[in-house]
Order: sequence, then C-alpha cells, then structure tokens
Amino acid sequence: MNIGKAIGLEYGPPTRNAFGEALAAVGQENDNLVVIDGDVGNSTRTHYFRDKFPDRFFNLGIAESNMVSVASGLAASGKDVVASSFAAFLLGNAYDQIRMGVAFPQTNVKLVGSHSGISIGEDGPSQMAIEDIALATSLPHFTVLVPADAPSAAAATRALFSFSGPAYLRTGRPKTPVVYPNGVEFTVGKANQLRDGRHATIIACGLMVAAALEAAHHLSQSGIEVRVLDMHTIKPLDEAAVELAARQTGAIVTAEEHVLHGGLGAAVATAVSQTFAVPMRFVGIHNQYAESGEPQDLLTKYGLLPENIVTAVREAVAQKEPS
Amino acid sequence: MTMIRERQLRSRTSIKELQETAWRLSRQILEMTTEAGSGHPSSSLSAIDVMTALYFSGVMRYYSQEPQWAERDRFVLSKGHAAPALYAVLAEAGYFDPDMLSTLRDTDSPLEGHPNMRALPGVEASTGSLGQGLSIGLGHALAARLDGLSYRVYVLIGDGESDEGQIWEAAMAAAKYQVDNLTAVLDYNDFQQTGSVEDVMPSLAPVSDKWEAFGWNVREINGHDMRQCVTALQDVARVNDQPQMIIAHTRKGRGLSPFEKDSVNRKHGEALDEEELATALAELDEEKATVLAGDVEKPELTPEDVHGEV
Repeated sequence: MNIGKAIGLEYGPPTRNAFGEALAAVGQENDNLVVIDGDVGNSTRTHYFRDKFPDRFFNLGIAESNMVSVASGLAASGKDVVASSFAAFLLGNAYDQIRMGVAFPQTNVKLVGSHSGISIGEDGPSQMAIEDIALATSLPHFTVLVPADAPSAAAATRALFSFSGPAYLRTGRPKTPVVYPNGVEFTVGKANQLRDGRHATIIACGLMVAAALEAAHHLSQSGIEVRVLDMHTIKPLDEAAVELAARQTGAIVTAEEHVLHGGLGAAVATAVSQTFAVPMRFVGIHNQYAESGEPQDLLTKYGLLPENIVTAVREAVAQKEPS
Repeated sequence: MTMIRERQLRSRTSIKELQETAWRLSRQILEMTTEAGSGHPSSSLSAIDVMTALYFSGVMRYYSQEPQWAERDRFVLSKGHAAPALYAVLAEAGYFDPDMLSTLRDTDSPLEGHPNMRALPGVEASTGSLGQGLSIGLGHALAARLDGLSYRVYVLIGDGESDEGQIWEAAMAAAKYQVDNLTAVLDYNDFQQTGSVEDVMPSLAPVSDKWEAFGWNVREINGHDMRQCVTALQDVARVNDQPQMIIAHTRKGRGLSPFEKDSVNRKHGEALDEEELATALAELDEEKATVLAGDVEKPELTPEDVHGEV
C-alpha cells in the first residue's frame, strides 16, 4: 500500500493494534471494563487486554449472535462492555442481536469491528466489511466512529468510554499512514480540519483521510485548494462542519472505504442538501463486492486512490456556479 | 424501604395460595388480551404457573419498589410474546398498578406487545425477537460472578424458540463458564406459530438429551403442577458448577377449551372474543372450585399425563 507516501506520510501500526493497546490501558484504569470476543482476539487485538486481565475477558467462541446478547446482559447489570470481532461478522451475523440488545434498550455496549474495508487484501470479500457503517448508522441511538490512523484510533478507543450508550468503532487490518501525532485528542461528533482551501472540501474517514491529504497536495499543485475534514464520527455527524464547508468552499467530495449506499457520503449528502446544497461527488465502493488481492491493487481496481479523489474534486469544482 | 424489602424477600406462600394467584393472573391474561384485541394469551397461559411459582413462592429475590437493586434475581422472558404473563406477574408483584393491565398494546402504554426494558420497571430485557434471552441471561449471570454478587438469573424460553441457533450457542457458552446461577425454563407447550412442534421441527426431540449433552443439569416437570414447579425451582438452586434446565411440559392455552379447539396452533397470537372469554373464565372458575372444594392441591400430573409419552 502506498497511500500517502507521495506526501511523506509514515506508516504506523494498524488501527486495530492501536485499539488493542488503548483498550488494555483503559482496563488498567477501569476495573469495571469487560471484554468479550468471538475467538478472533489475536486478530482484533483484544488479546492485549486478555493478557493483562484474563478474569475480565471472555472468549465466547465463534458465535457472534450469542456474544452480542451476552454483552447486552453484562451491560444491563452495570458492566462496561466491549464486544469485538471482524466487522463483517459482528455487524452482519449479530445485527438483530445488536438491534434488540444494544440499540433498542440503549445498553452501554461498545462494539469494535476489525478488518474493515477492502484493504484487508488477500482474505477476500467474505472477510471484508464494506457495509458495516451503513448497518451501524441505521441503528437508532448508535454512535459510529471510524478513526483514520493509529493515534486517533487509540484516542477513539478512550473516547468510547466518555459517554454511556451504544457505539461502534471500526478498525482496519493493515499498517496505516499516520496523520496525527501521538496523544491527539478525539472529540466524538467533531470533525477535524486537517487542511484548508477555498475551492472544495474533501470529507473522508478511515484510511481515506490519508488519501484525501495526498489528493489535496496534488490538486494544490494545479491551483485547486481544498479543505480536508477527517469525519471520524459518522454518527452523530458534525453537520455544522459540513454546512460550513459547503458555504465556504462550494463543492464537497466524500471518500470512504465502504459502499456508497448508507455510508459517510450518504450522511454528508443528507446534511448538505438540507443546509446549503452544493455540487458533490462520492468516492467509495460502487454496488459491488471486491475480491482477493494485494491491498494496493484492490484500492486501485475499486477506485479508492488519491487519484480517484482528485478526479472527483475536479468534477465537483467544474460543476460549481461561476462566482 | 429496608423493612418492605425484607418482607417481600421473606414471603412464603402455600401451594394453594400460589394456585389461586395463578388462576387470578390467568384471568388477567385472558381479559387484557381480549380487551386489546390481540396479544398471545395461549403462549402466556402455558407459562403462567411456572412464572407464578418463580415470583411468589419465595424462590426469587426482588424488591419491586427498587427495580434496579443490584442484588435482585433477574428474570428474562426470552419468549417475549408471552408479555401478558409477565405484565400480570409484575403487577401482582407490585412493580406497577394492576389497573394498567387494561392498557396492553395501547399507544403510549408501557405495556407493549413485547417487553421493553426501558418502558416498564421489572422488565429485565427487551425481547420479542426470539432466541436471544438466554444469552442475555448469561451476560447477567457472568456479571454477578465478576461483581461478587449472589443473585440468580432465570430465563424462560419456548419450544418453538428453540429452533433458533442462538439458543444452542448460549447453551454451549453457559456450560463452558459453569454458571450455576443461571436457570432456564423451557415452556414446552407443543405448538409454535403455524403448527405443532412435532410438525414444524420434530428434531427438537429428544430435547432433554440435547440439554444434558450440552452440559446442563436437566429436569422435567409438569409445568401446570404448582408443587412440581416450586420444587424444581428450589432444587436447581442447589446445583453447583452447571447451568440448569427445567423442561416444563405445558399446554398452550393451559387446557382451556377455546384454545384446545384449535388443533393447528392453539390460537397462536389470537385473543379470545367475548363469548370465548366467558367460556374460558368459567372453566378457570370451575377448576378453582373443584380443587378448593376437594381440599386437594391441583391433581398431581406427570409429564406423561400432559403429553402422552415424553
């Protein structure tokens, strides 16, 4: 993978690792925290917690539905609970259990899904969560977080416990370009502006934040200056930041490692159309499943490179009313 | 508050008093569902005896004026469509005014068609999507262990509900963690929504063997025999290192003739009309009079009496 390398971004740990380390640290401070996993703790990195707090970790086997309902019961009896598996299986297999046991009763369960997007690579589409944001955001009362890199994933993990109620945190498998310094703050529901520009705004989440920064660099060289927002919280969406971007830059492009239906782009479009309508373009996965392959090859084939964002920005800017 | 709590905890009731309570709650189930025009009276009536035994024999520790008391025993109605039974029991236990029962299924009433734990005190889990309550109960049971508390967790599941794979996921996980503070009651009323269990999913049998094979402590009772219900619930509390399953053989509709006339599914999800209601209430009264006049507890029936060979 080489997203961000053209602008000198270093690659740091996967966001799943940052989550796992932060979770173990939270466990040190909070002895009410219980972590449960569906027999993939060495992949989701909940094993970092297990190794320190074996009495507060439960491997419930390859049974995500049961796992989520158990989380619901633990939370209803007052425990702080993290339930983790691959995002595809957590949101997919246990969706109804999440609906009934977490969203509807608003229990204090934090779901963490790893191996999101197509950048997991060779394991292929069965393991790739590309619909998880849509599933999670559709649930009333849910907070949905998609951190961009390791430092923000660590901060997002701590932020999960800054409020009571249902949340979903999405993490990724590969090493990820670092856009934030260690120790960065993470405010749920508040977009981070990473770059400013007057011609358009790129609103991105997850791995696509680094791609957006690279795209912004390329665009700048041809005279198009763009704002870049890291929209790490898909829900509740920072609608004020979206509206401001629309009013001040006049064109918006979204970028996400997720299907276009029900993801970041759809949420931003809803906000834009209801506040200050401007031309938009959407970078994401188009109504299809990906395949096995090298992450970089897949990102290329399925249109998730900085170049795709550059093209989208040019189109959106071209559509703007002449000022 | 402490005094009242102790009184509720200490309450012990005779079998005959429990039977009378079950008759009264059965009436309420029939009346509230007929008034609502829907609900699941037959699925509620099959469970009402064992739920009465659980809440009013002194088996369960709870304090209705303090529904979130950390050390309370928990009851999860996994077969959430039997909500009218739960509401009748909770009102009887003092969680809310029994006058509210007539608001079943009304807009703005907390007595929703299926239990909503945020709407009504005493409801421990939001259920109605089948298969999930046993797992939720396991979560509560593990929380007790983590917090060093001694409360017990009871979960009522259905025979049709046992088609759900999650039931068996929970069965495995509970046995793995040897949660002996978790008791499941299987309301084996022989019918599910579109037909008999024997037609829809005959391979649920032999159900007792299945639970034993999953590592549970299993016993079978006649779920309409109050003494058997109470005894089983008392006995399971003495089991160590194993979750317990009480298979309660019951009749969907509790044997009342308006339900018995429907041989397909015992009027699944249907309320009785006024005429049927009058018949059913008269039959309940007759049963009560016969039992009281004979100065006998309800006749002792074996599971075989209820079901034929089990």
